[in-house]
Amino acid sequence: MADHGPTTLAVRSEGRGDGVIISPQGDVDMTGSPVLRQELKRVQGNRPARIVVDLGGVPYMDSSGVATLVEALQAAKRSQTKLLLCGMQDKVRSIFEIARLDAVFTIVATADAAMKA
Amino acid sequence: MNDGPQLRLRLASNPLYLSGVRELLSAVCRRLGFAEDVCGQIALAVDEALCNVIRHGYDRAADRPIWLNLWTIGAGDESVDPAAAEGIRLVIEDEARQVEPGKIKGRNLEEIKPGGLGVHIIHEVMDTVQYEKREQNGMRLTMVKRRPGARAAVPAKLEASHG
Repeated sequence: MADHGPTTLAVRSEGRGDGVIISPQGDVDMTGSPVLRQELKRVQGNRPARIVVDLGGVPYMDSSGVATLVEALQAAKRSQTKLLLCGMQDKVRSIFEIARLDAVFTIVATADAAMKA
Repeated sequence: MNDGPQLRLRLASNPLYLSGVRELLSAVCRRLGFAEDVCGQIALAVDEALCNVIRHGYDRAADRPIWLNLWTIGAGDESVDPAAAEGIRLVIEDEARQVEPGKIKGRNLEEIKPGGLGVHIIHEVMDTVQYEKREQNGMRLTMVKRRPGARAAVPAKLEASHG
């Protein structure tokens, strides 16, 4: 049985103001999604007021990545944390539109804008 | 005319290879004249299909076979000069657990929940999608994508084979 398989995804988190900016770098696909999920859970465990997922370094995302973010959004609602997405590249925005989730998430252009939203 | 696929790929059911398949398909679709955003969407749909085979068909076993075949389609022919192609026909085959094709459905998008989006994405991106059981074992997924402006007719011949 395979585990998640090798991934090139790296995830960096940085505290800023009342929140945390999570910046995945690489493809959020079948192998990368578990890495992002793990970091989201770790950060959400600390209950920050705001979590910003900066997708500027993500050239590709599949439905497992979208599912990971939906899961994080639901957890954020339960803990009254604000969760925002920013820096989305066109190819990644496309999958949110296909899944009709672009209106479900708060999506802004930059991390700075997300900190003020 | 040779009815064989113009591109044929056998890969192990290991997620390691998915990014390579995406890049290959995007590059081929670009050369066939698809718009850049459509190339990405075709690669996404195939990626979702392969993930479903690996995750659900093979229970994440990494050493099972998956075949990806590509034909160009055009005026009256199933396989035409790539330069004159009106679209592509993609066939993904496996030896995974068989399921009733009618049970393979995308989930209701009104429900906001993680998971179950892959099949919806495939249907949304491709012009025609057909799941069927292979004769011996496994499943076959046939997908057609036409370039905008190409004829709306869908090729009737949907069978494929692998070695």
